Amino acid sequence: MKEGWEVIIGMEIHAQLATETKIFCGCATSFGHDPNTNTCPVCLGLPGALPVLNEKVVELGAKAALALGLEVQETSIFSRKNYFYPDLPKGYQISQYDKPFSANGILTIMTAERDEHGRAKEFKPMQIRIERMHLEEDAGKNVHEGLPDVDKFSYIDLNRAGTPLGEIVTKADFRSSWQAYDYVNHVRRALQWVGASDADMEKGNLRCEANVSVRKIGETGFRNKVELKNLNSVRFMQKAIEYEIERQIEAHESGEGVNQETRLWDEKNNKTRVMRSKEDAHDYRYFPEPDLQPLVVSSEFIAKIKSEMPELPDAMRDRFMQEYGLSFADASQLVLEKDLAAFYETTAKASGNPRVSANFILSELIRELNNAGKTATESPLSAENLAELIKTLDAGKINNNQAKEVLVEMFNSGKTADAVIKEKGFEQISDTSAIEKIVDEIIANNENQVTAYRGGNEKLFGFFVGQVMKASQGKANPKVVNEILKSKL
Amino acid sequence: MDVRQVAKLAHLEITDEEVAIYTPQMKNIVAYVEQLNELDTSNVEPMLGGLTPEGETTNAIREDIPHQSLGQEKALSQAPSAVAGHFQVPKVL
Ligand SMILES: [Zn+2]
Repeated sequence: MKEGWEVIIGMEIHAQLATETKIFCGCATSFGHDPNTNTCPVCLGLPGALPVLNEKVVELGAKAALALGLEVQETSIFSRKNYFYPDLPKGYQISQYDKPFSANGILTIMTAERDEHGRAKEFKPMQIRIERMHLEEDAGKNVHEGLPDVDKFSYIDLNRAGTPLGEIVTKADFRSSWQAYDYVNHVRRALQWVGASDADMEKGNLRCEANVSVRKIGETGFRNKVELKNLNSVRFMQKAIEYEIERQIEAHESGEGVNQETRLWDEKNNKTRVMRSKEDAHDYRYFPEPDLQPLVVSSEFIAKIKSEMPELPDAMRDRFMQEYGLSFADASQLVLEKDLAAFYETTAKASGNPRVSANFILSELIRELNNAGKTATESPLSAENLAELIKTLDAGKINNNQAKEVLVEMFNSGKTADAVIKEKGFEQISDTSAIEKIVDEIIANNENQVTAYRGGNEKLFGFFVGQVMKASQGKANPKVVNEILKSKL
Repeated sequence: MDVRQVAKLAHLEITDEEVAIYTPQMKNIVAYVEQLNELDTSNVEPMLGGLTPEGETTNAIREDIPHQSLGQEKALSQAPSAVAGHFQVPKVL
């Protein structure tokens, strides 16, 4: 960023809650059906139809709120947000306004600036204030392509209308695009972790918007802000914010100024462009939705939800560091996905060697999973079998490189460690009497070297080790070989 | 009372003559309703959700179980214009 300027960013995230049915009617939320099939009088906005709240929305909303450090409010109310758009059949969206479902969140995220290659520098904790997460219904989908006369007409599919959303709004606490990037990733993982949302940006069940303004360092007020939309991935969002920072600073410095407006990220041209200017700014005329009662959430309900909550990723990361002696980086990587974290913990416990478990999973297993396009739960190599392999390694029956080779074969074939080790002939000889026999032969056959070694040429020790290993076809346990050689020479 | 703004928000087109007619009419309506402000309601909780009997909380909530939807044909049967399973509307951005 140009010297002397700073950026102020606030984030809004819409997350689809993972219910079977819509928020106010029993139509399915499932994806990929023919247009307008999952519709009924309620989500079509037909006169006289009445909304009834889906209890699962309350449960998943509470889980999402708790995972983000928000307080679930005892009473919240639904309000009508009035505007006209063809994808909104009632002429209003049922949302929440002055009494949202949850509020006053403090979330600690880990964030780092990146170098020019996008590599993270040092990750540090940062507190983000989350103002609220309220519940609302989604609109339908506008179709502008692939149908007749799209220059004259738009087309509407209302399958998505009425899908439950949680809208998560932060204070303007972000001071860089990477902080916003790390925040969205944190939220995405938290929602997936507790099962509140699939939070997949590609499928559109997580959408984010960034409110961006810049000001000179030292200024206390705010300059005009721009709302960025159409951010279809976290990376696009980060790029759009960077672009907007440069554009706004330039506009202020040239005296042209920045308009308060909505801009879209144009991923083809790598720039933002105006979608809606301030003149069309909406006046939503919110008022309480008379067709729905206030939503009252009891403290017993919250206690029950709390008891069902899994350990959250940050807490798990800290525990992995404490309990298993892992580094911050390794523990952070293991808790990137819930399945991977569970896989690790099973392996660590069953093998009794948490650090080697972490090394094998983070380097070898993740590589194999990525190559095969699989997740930890789909791994053909089970956590229990991996633990057996690590035990075999720790017992000195195979060496580290052999273990890595065995792991790949176990992953590809689904076989156990023992079976693969036998097939590959990797079984190490740790039997002292067998190794002693070989050592005796080597000593007898290399009199000159023995004399030289005993005369002080210690470098020759390596020669003896090599001879023993060769005679055992690489199967002798190097530790045992060393010990026996030392005592016999 | 900015009648033009109200009309715009309601997507209504009105003429200058209509603005002249509606402005005093709407002023009267608002003045009539404003009589309610004469009552001191500082100790009265706002009633939210018009169907709730005072002081009573009812549990109007349903299980997350899919019902039979209308389906495409019925959903579109009331539409002024439907094409290829979609509602057809004038071009929007
Ligand atoms: Zn419906």
